Amino acid sequence: MTQDREPGFDTLAVHAGAAPDPATGARATPIYQTAAYVFDNVDHAAALFNLETFGNIYTRIMNPTEAVLEERVAALEGGTAGLAVASGHAAQYVTFHTLMSPGDEFIAARQLYGGSINQFNQSFKKSDWRVVWADADDPSSFEAAVTDKTKAIFIESLANPGGVVTDIEAIGKIAKSAGVPLIVDNTLATPYLCRPIEHGADIIIHSLTKFLGGHGTSLGGILIDCGTFDWLASGRFPTLSEPCESYHGIRMAETFGDFGFAIAARVLALRDLGPCISPFNAFLLLTGIETLSLRMRRHCDNALAVAQWLEGHDKIAWVNYAGLEGSRYRELAKKYCPKGAGAVFTFGLKGGFDAGVKLVESVQIFSHLANIGDTKSLIIHPASTTHRQLTDEQRAAAGAGDDVVRLSIGIEDKDDIIGDLEQAFAQL
Amino acid sequence: MGQIVTNTPTDQPISHDRYNDSYIRGILNDHKTIAMVGASPNPVRPSYFAMKYLMDKGFQVIPVNPGHAGKDLLSQTIYSSLTDIKKTVEIVDIFRNSEAAMAITQDAIAIGAKVVWMQIGVRNDEAAALAEKAGLKVVMNRCPKIEYGRLSGEIAWAGVNTRTINNKRPTLAGGFQHRLIGA
Repeated sequence: MTQDREPGFDTLAVHAGAAPDPATGARATPIYQTAAYVFDNVDHAAALFNLETFGNIYTRIMNPTEAVLEERVAALEGGTAGLAVASGHAAQYVTFHTLMSPGDEFIAARQLYGGSINQFNQSFKKSDWRVVWADADDPSSFEAAVTDKTKAIFIESLANPGGVVTDIEAIGKIAKSAGVPLIVDNTLATPYLCRPIEHGADIIIHSLTKFLGGHGTSLGGILIDCGTFDWLASGRFPTLSEPCESYHGIRMAETFGDFGFAIAARVLALRDLGPCISPFNAFLLLTGIETLSLRMRRHCDNALAVAQWLEGHDKIAWVNYAGLEGSRYRELAKKYCPKGAGAVFTFGLKGGFDAGVKLVESVQIFSHLANIGDTKSLIIHPASTTHRQLTDEQRAAAGAGDDVVRLSIGIEDKDDIIGDLEQAFAQL
Repeated sequence: MGQIVTNTPTDQPISHDRYNDSYIRGILNDHKTIAMVGASPNPVRPSYFAMKYLMDKGFQVIPVNPGHAGKDLLSQTIYSSLTDIKKTVEIVDIFRNSEAAMAITQDAIAIGAKVVWMQIGVRNDEAAALAEKAGLKVVMNRCPKIEYGRLSGEIAWAGVNTRTINNKRPTLAGGFQHRLIGA
């Protein structure tokens, strides 16, 4: 028998998860703006509540517009299932709520988005989940941090604020030998540039707000179950492998097999914690994903051109972009992101703090704001904004020293992006 | 990854590493009587979930479990073995381990079943070859509930990757939130 053809990435980006609406024939995915769904009868309701049949109950737990988004991203990542939630932070909280018990530990790379560092250090402490920090540049530091309480390893593929490429495969092997899942935040790379599942990821997380949605309009996050971790054989994750009290004693990993993690996160963590995404946001994010490849190619082309231009400028001390030949991450970038090193990176101004402030106030196309992954080019000077409450030492350790500027390069004409920086530099 | 369905010749051997959607859809559309070997009366077991769902989808499911023979399960009489069933059985669904699949396959051939279906985690290539030689179709390491949910699109409501691409209206069954798998 000849095999049916496998669709390519760009076809999945447009089609996966979607079909014409069965009631109306609408070809675009409808926004199912409803809180709840009518049952046929009591037996149907019971089967839904018992998870015996598939279907919608209440939009805190599931929604047909959001389901298209979940399948779309799962297909692009090559995973078994997805769960979309209110934000990337919510995706992380729901993920760890499913994995962790009080007193448990997980190991995370120090090179993470600052918001994740706060969430792990501060908020997770209230649930008695302890983060142990390791160095993404030194995989052996993860191995050294493993204890019998370790329940997961967490890394970013391309780390924010940029320039850092993590050796996913090396850290994945450490997770495997420790018997814990590897969680990869793939927000900056998107599945267009990097597919963590091919390098050992068990769970993938995204802030959909960034390049996947791509237009800076809508908050959203998602977790992807790669279907690669055997929760029953492990026995160390009771939410997955022990009888579940709120569903009459089913075991999530037994009943739902290789998509059991995504289901457990949905019907337990999301059900009880409540950070659901809105159907309208899901719709806008889905529309953005249809053009993911086109945008990412342009983002990466523009980012490389800007980084190369910056490298030669006399007011610039250094540029940290993994797409540059001189980057210490160049080899890792070739392995994990061969199509481009993303569009978020940092550079250093010879003029320090004052030059940073002057630059963000002098640009005319770049927007001065705290976000990344928009069609528009974005700029921020962390020392005077996101990291201003820290001491000088803390700022330096976080890669947010006085001289650091972070860019998220958009899809405008690259001559205009470079021209805007040129006129702003002339004012320093 | 999903599948773009093409016209598929069926006169060549089936690969049991990856099935075409058209092959699975054909089996689930053409055969409506399933003998479920290893069906459990325990309502938290996967076999119970699968039996209940398939009955909701219009399949007649006959439970087979020697430990519970003669009792009722979801209003169906439990049989001790396949050879005790007097009715026509089209699909034999095996909720037992891979080793046990050989003897059950031999019984499936003996009673004239058309399909031997082994559940997720169950694979016996020797039994599969025997069944195919006798003219039966074989599916291994799959669940008919998940396949029905996947091909109908119902399972996508739970965020599951159906690995399908669809430019046709899904076919609705009666009531709310019930879909058919289409032709």
